[in-house]
Amino acid sequence: MNPPLVEIRNLVKTYTRGDQAVPVLRDISLNIERGDFISLMGPSGSGKSTLLNLIAGIDKPTAGILRIDGEDISKLTEGELADWRASNIGFIFQFYNLMPVLTAYENVELPLLLTNLSKAERRERIEMTLGMVGLTERMDHYPNELSGGQQQRVAIARAIVTDPTILVCDEPTGDLDKQSATDVLNMLKELNDRLGKTIIMVTHDAHAAEAARRMVHLEKGELLDG
Amino acid sequence: MIAMKIPFSYIFRNLWTRKLTTFLTASGMALVVFVFAAVLMLDAGLKKTMVGTGSLDNVLLIRAGSETEIQSGVSREQAALIEALPQVARSQTGDPMISKESMVLISLVKSGQDKGSNVVTRGVSPMGLELRPQVRMIEGRMFRPGSSELVVGRSINREFDGAQIGQTIRFAQREWTIVGVFDAGNSAFDSEIWGDVEQLMQAFRRLNYSSTLIKLASSDRYDSMVADVKADVRLTLDAKREQLFYEDQSRALSAFITILGNVLTVIFSIGAMIGAAITMYSSVAMRTAEIGTLRALGFRRPSILAAFLSESLMLGLVGGVVGLFFATFLQAITISTLNFQSFSQLAFSFTLTPKIVVITLIFAMVMGFVGGFLPALRASRMRIVDSLRAA
Repeated sequence: MNPPLVEIRNLVKTYTRGDQAVPVLRDISLNIERGDFISLMGPSGSGKSTLLNLIAGIDKPTAGILRIDGEDISKLTEGELADWRASNIGFIFQFYNLMPVLTAYENVELPLLLTNLSKAERRERIEMTLGMVGLTERMDHYPNELSGGQQQRVAIARAIVTDPTILVCDEPTGDLDKQSATDVLNMLKELNDRLGKTIIMVTHDAHAAEAARRMVHLEKGELLDG
Repeated sequence: MIAMKIPFSYIFRNLWTRKLTTFLTASGMALVVFVFAAVLMLDAGLKKTMVGTGSLDNVLLIRAGSETEIQSGVSREQAALIEALPQVARSQTGDPMISKESMVLISLVKSGQDKGSNVVTRGVSPMGLELRPQVRMIEGRMFRPGSSELVVGRSINREFDGAQIGQTIRFAQREWTIVGVFDAGNSAFDSEIWGDVEQLMQAFRRLNYSSTLIKLASSDRYDSMVADVKADVRLTLDAKREQLFYEDQSRALSAFITILGNVLTVIFSIGAMIGAAITMYSSVAMRTAEIGTLRALGFRRPSILAAFLSESLMLGLVGGVVGLFFATFLQAITISTLNFQSFSQLAFSFTLTPKIVVITLIFAMVMGFVGGFLPALRASRMRIVDSLRAA
């Protein structure tokens, strides 16, 4: 059997506040298979976002093993980690995090500027991706000219345009109305089903969590199941 | 920039979005740039005037050790010896090209003032005009040799009510009539009054000339002339190229302008750089979540640093261009002031040169760089997780 895509062994994350050590994750072990769709659930302060940040390579563990696609990312330098994120991770945030001064097209282009693609190749990729999220018509609009749901779709396009291995979603429906939330969740499901994207989603919305294949619960920095 | 991966449109539009802040910050920088450019232009104008006053082929002889013509004295015997030197050019009629000159200061009242200003009055030989090809009559005529007639420079004509054609000036117990106005191509001669050297010396009861000016037969004979003058014990004189002499004359005024200007510029620029830093810090603070997002997407720290530095450099550049634009209007202004080395009036204009444009723009960008560096560094050093939380 193939090794799991994400292999977490005895992962510990401790923050220091003043001279006090505050444990956020205590001894987490978890495997995530390629093509899985996981929802990380738990009350606030349970450490679910921290776990997501560690897997996404924007934070570093205090101890333990964090291997993704065979690579121990806790050993990478700051710069190597940036390059690793650019090619392996797609981010979807609660508040979309689009650049307000850039159009939908330019926002989706951002991660492609870190690749070696030519301008024409980028255009092709962007147009195809914006077509997938149904925003071809809105390509030249700025974020403030789009609804919340549309902005999140631009963000999804930005997350998948580089064809990353893993999509990390932090409360992707947290700021959306019911209809937009359903649209976004359907889109994530489709990305998982049809394109085989591995998705790791933090949410405390039970309805959103149902979209996932598997739920993982955290409490006080420990896994309850999984 | 090597690390520049963030698109320029992102940088530019962020400045454009904050039009008012950008405008105010750039205005502050423009003001400093204006002062900075004005000082350089003033100095350039002064140098241009002084260098334009002298000609490279001419050699001025003054008493050894004296720095100005006013302090100097050249006896008639010495003048005759110089006239006979082989290095002196000859005119078409075979006469030596020498002007024996006498300089005195007279006090004239400027238009709209009640205190007198010192004006250089120069007695020149008939050859005096020929030795200075940049000087030409623009109104009236040249004074007649042997008469109490005077011609005045353009700046004197413009600034002194009593220096118009047909008017008389009284000094040295004589009435002197103004018969012409000359243009000396914005050189220091424009701030002088010229008359017949023998008449002026008689009136002031002088026995010695102040200086003698000769034209070299060829420019490269300067060294041999200096050697001849030095070798002759009767000639206790210093020979200096006319151009260098006038350049030296402006050295103290030039240093004064430059030091005063630089002090002003430094003080102002500190203010402008603090302004730029505040603007950039608030720009960083407002875009903390954006910075976190860019980093998460895979942009490295140097890219963030470069993006914010570019933004600040742009601010500086805008300030520089605006400041320079307004500084160009200064060229219409002519300053008339006291050259305290020669104790006489000197008129010169703000002069913009390509070199000043380049230096000023570099200065503006340096202000932008210094003001933006710490904020940009802060932006690039933020932890991704912390900055994303600011959303």
